[in-house]
Amino acid sequence: MTTTKKLWIGIGILALLSPLGLIIPALFGAGGAWGEWGTDAIEKMVGFVPEGMKRLASSGKTPMPGYTVPGQGDGLVSGSLGYMFSAIIGIALAAAIMYLIAKLLVRKKNSH
Amino acid sequence: MHIPDGYLGPLTYGVMYAATVPFWAIASWRMNRTLKARQAPYLAIGAAFSFVIMMFNIPIFGGTTGHATGATLISILIGPWAGVIAVSVALIIQALLFGDGGVTAIGANCFNMAIAGVFVGYGVYRLVSMGSTVGSRRRLAAGGVAAYVSLNISALLTAIQLGVQPLIERSSSGQPLYAPFPLSVAIPAMAIEHLFLFGFVEAAVTALVIRYFQKNEPELLG
Repeated sequence: MTTTKKLWIGIGILALLSPLGLIIPALFGAGGAWGEWGTDAIEKMVGFVPEGMKRLASSGKTPMPGYTVPGQGDGLVSGSLGYMFSAIIGIALAAAIMYLIAKLLVRKKNSH
Repeated sequence: MHIPDGYLGPLTYGVMYAATVPFWAIASWRMNRTLKARQAPYLAIGAAFSFVIMMFNIPIFGGTTGHATGATLISILIGPWAGVIAVSVALIIQALLFGDGGVTAIGANCFNMAIAGVFVGYGVYRLVSMGSTVGSRRRLAAGGVAAYVSLNISALLTAIQLGVQPLIERSSSGQPLYAPFPLSVAIPAMAIEHLFLFGFVEAAVTALVIRYFQKNEPELLG
């Protein structure tokens, strides 16, 4: 087997295991990372939402917020499936874009 | 460590974009000069690895989580300049598609995790592994130490950018406009969790994969 094939199998295993990154924090009752709270959590912590934060935070609409699939159900099972699906989409996009960048940057004379 | 939108004021995120863009330009120029077509698949795998490893959130005391970034490992395997681009690609997808890290903060997040993360990791690795053979224990240790230092520097830079907000971005009545926690809160909070746990996670991931390459694909570590 070629080296890249073996490495891709490794990435595939990571994608399948990725829901652990959701489940293990949930088991310990942990929220998100320090300094990545939503405005609701900020309001609870300091008593108000800073003006600028209120203005900028609302602009953060993304297609799959927090590694979820649009319309996915509640609960850890749906969450895990959405998370794994997000991992696969993200991996495919990251690899495709990086490959494209690399191909565009390679000079013809370096192609061997 | 992915700073969301609304945490950094325009001055900070503007400066961080201005600091990051030249690195992307130099990286593209360097890759254009040195990159071989056969390396492209490895770069793609590097970007994919960085994306997925950051999804493995690990809980820590205090109810927060953290994760490895893969920056050091990737820089060792594909070189620092390609590494900057690979980790940046992962971070930009996370921001634009998944809302992990703000769009305004892409400059800052790429500077902290991709640029600082890669160059600190690569620099420490080269320094500690200097003169060692590919299969040696020192090479393995170098990867682990480099990864630990690298992630902690990324965390420290993130904490500084968050912690200066109450100093430089205030309303006329003196209220913070963006991230409300001072340096005296942000730095210890970020430093402690990365010094205690996440730095070791990054070190373990890095060492584990280096060990695999030492045994199976030593030419990739050359």
